[in-house]
Amino acid sequence: MRRAVRWWRRSIQTRVVTSTILLSALVISLTGWALLHDVADGLADGRQQVAIAEAQTGFESAQRQLDAAVEGDALTPSQALAEMVDTLSSNRTQFRSYQLVLRGPLIEGSRQVPVRSSAAMSPEALPTALSDKVSATRGTFWAFTSLDILGESESKPAIVVGSQLQVPSSGDRYALYYLFSMAEQQRTLHLVRNALALGGIAMVVLVGAIAGLVSRQVINPVRLARRIAERYAAGNFEQRMHVSGEDDIARLSTGFNQMAASLQVQIRRLENLSRLQQRFVSDVSHELRTPLTTVRMASEVLYSNRDRFDPQTRRSAELLQAELDRFEDLLADLLEISRFDAGAVQLDLDSVDLVAVAQRAIASPLVQRSNAKVTIVNHDGTAMVEADVRRIDRIVRNLVANAIKYSQSARVEIHVTHHADSATFEVQDFGIGMEDEERSMVFNRFWRADPARAQGGTGLGLAIAREDAELHGGRLEVSSVRGEGTRFILTLPLDPNRPPERLTQNTVSQMTL
Amino acid sequence: MVYRRTKRDRVLIVDDDASLAEMLSIVLDSEGLTTRICRSGDQVLAVFGNFKPDVVLLDLMLPGMDGMAVCRRIREKSAVPIIMLTAKSDTSDVVRGLEVGADDYITKPFKNQELVARVKARLRRTDQLAETLVFGDIVLDPVGHTVTRKSEPLDLTPLEFDLLACLLSSPEQVFSRETLLRKVWGYHHPGDTKLVNVHMTRLRSKIEDDADNPTVIKTVRGVGYQAVTPP
Repeated sequence: MRRAVRWWRRSIQTRVVTSTILLSALVISLTGWALLHDVADGLADGRQQVAIAEAQTGFESAQRQLDAAVEGDALTPSQALAEMVDTLSSNRTQFRSYQLVLRGPLIEGSRQVPVRSSAAMSPEALPTALSDKVSATRGTFWAFTSLDILGESESKPAIVVGSQLQVPSSGDRYALYYLFSMAEQQRTLHLVRNALALGGIAMVVLVGAIAGLVSRQVINPVRLARRIAERYAAGNFEQRMHVSGEDDIARLSTGFNQMAASLQVQIRRLENLSRLQQRFVSDVSHELRTPLTTVRMASEVLYSNRDRFDPQTRRSAELLQAELDRFEDLLADLLEISRFDAGAVQLDLDSVDLVAVAQRAIASPLVQRSNAKVTIVNHDGTAMVEADVRRIDRIVRNLVANAIKYSQSARVEIHVTHHADSATFEVQDFGIGMEDEERSMVFNRFWRADPARAQGGTGLGLAIAREDAELHGGRLEVSSVRGEGTRFILTLPLDPNRPPERLTQNTVSQMTL
Repeated sequence: MVYRRTKRDRVLIVDDDASLAEMLSIVLDSEGLTTRICRSGDQVLAVFGNFKPDVVLLDLMLPGMDGMAVCRRIREKSAVPIIMLTAKSDTSDVVRGLEVGADDYITKPFKNQELVARVKARLRRTDQLAETLVFGDIVLDPVGHTVTRKSEPLDLTPLEFDLLACLLSSPEQVFSRETLLRKVWGYHHPGDTKLVNVHMTRLRSKIEDDADNPTVIKTVRGVGYQAVTPP
């Protein structure tokens, strides 16, 4: 059932064909019904006229016989009439097209009258309304009835025509009925009905098939267009629609192809532009490196000999050395960012224990030199993930360095937690914290909080850290409260090739500081 | 080792950038090494024959023949340690360089101390090893710098020799890639562990029956490498 509904909703062709079939079936059955009705009426009318005429002749000849018999014969009127019925019955040519029923003599107020009929039939064959009328009034009356002859399996529709006969001598009245079978008409009607039904069904099937064929002609190009559009959506712009003729479909195809071509051109232009730009940044970085190396080596020679210089030259050598470090960091970060932008970064996966990563981070000279107390909080033991250890180390180094340098916090906690399909690494400080506005910009390139500005740094560290996390199929998030502290949460899937559907989406909302 | 210390070690600097080449030579000279500068890839082979360097410092971006080709040509005729200077830290270039025979690489810009440490690591011999190591069917002779397997001599570069000696000197001990970088390559700072992988692959292809299923040196997943005592 659901499949049918889905089919109905998804396929225009199904809808077109189904509604065409339903509507044409409705129209055809309505006309068929009207036609059948007309034919039935016509057949009944014809039979009725013939029947009445024949009965009339019969009545007149019976009355005449009755009149004549009384004059000559000494038979009782009832015997004469019975004989007459028999004569009438045998009078017919080989095949009897009607039955006769004689009732009488009729006595006022009594229904118990003797009956004589040409065949054994059920008393219901004579409708009461008709027999009452015939008994009461002179004249010829008729009605439809069903003729149920004993010994025959089914009852047949019939017309019954009745009239009063009067015996001149005694004044007794008799009712004589002619029953004409309408089996012939019924058969004709059945034939017509079957023919109409068969024709109707054939018609509906035909119309349905035509509708299917026609809608296919329209829908096939639409389906093709859909498939190609899906390919375009997936980034494959090579496919084109086949154009033939000049009809609407051809124009749709042409329009479609033009759209694809112009999209392709636009995308190529943008791709070229961004490739050029990334290439440029990358080239600049590379070209800068050779002279930078020379400068750096020279600076180191000067720096290592600074004790032999006068104070001003010595300070200059020191500044040169320090700023070269910063310049170098900036260049390295810029190059890394340009590599991310170019999509030219590949993970070098290995099993990494996040607890070991934390321990390495704590052992770094920066942490050892600082006054802040850095502790690892870990209840789950080793937290192994498949990751690029160089990048994970870099992220963690960065987070810990930020916590120590910028938060003015006396202690920093590193939480390593292990989940079913992911692991989280949290670096929390209890320092100055950030306003929401600052927090939202913390991953922006070159953004630095005001207190951090004075302390150097490239402003690219967190941007790179986030790129690194996302490269692993993970996330890097931050929550912060002004005056209470900041928490960075790195969530990594256990295997970047099989990232969990929802990577602990609610990490941030669960957090309390 | 005394016999190598009697003369000054020679370093051939192959770099097209005049200033950098001169600066490299100043720094290395001050460390007591003899240097020679070659500015073009075409001349490297001729200079190499005359100078007979103990270490080659090779810039990957050269006019004439490119760095990779030079590296391959030198490797064809000599096992001399080669250290690449590269401005590209893109791993694909690094791996390509290592595959054509470089022992190590330094990414520009670098610190003088780092440069000197790497160069000296390539000059240093496994002094600490005094006696011949026998490890299953592998025999490592530190004096003659030869390795044989099933009495067949193996053609190892000095670096591969050092790497094997380091692992065999402490069987069963698991060496992390970082430890190997420090002990064999002379790194002071965390370096690119891919370097270890590339050389380990090459070493295995020479000493193992089936390099894909190593029996002499096993990989300990997530940690490093280990020489497994043969049964």
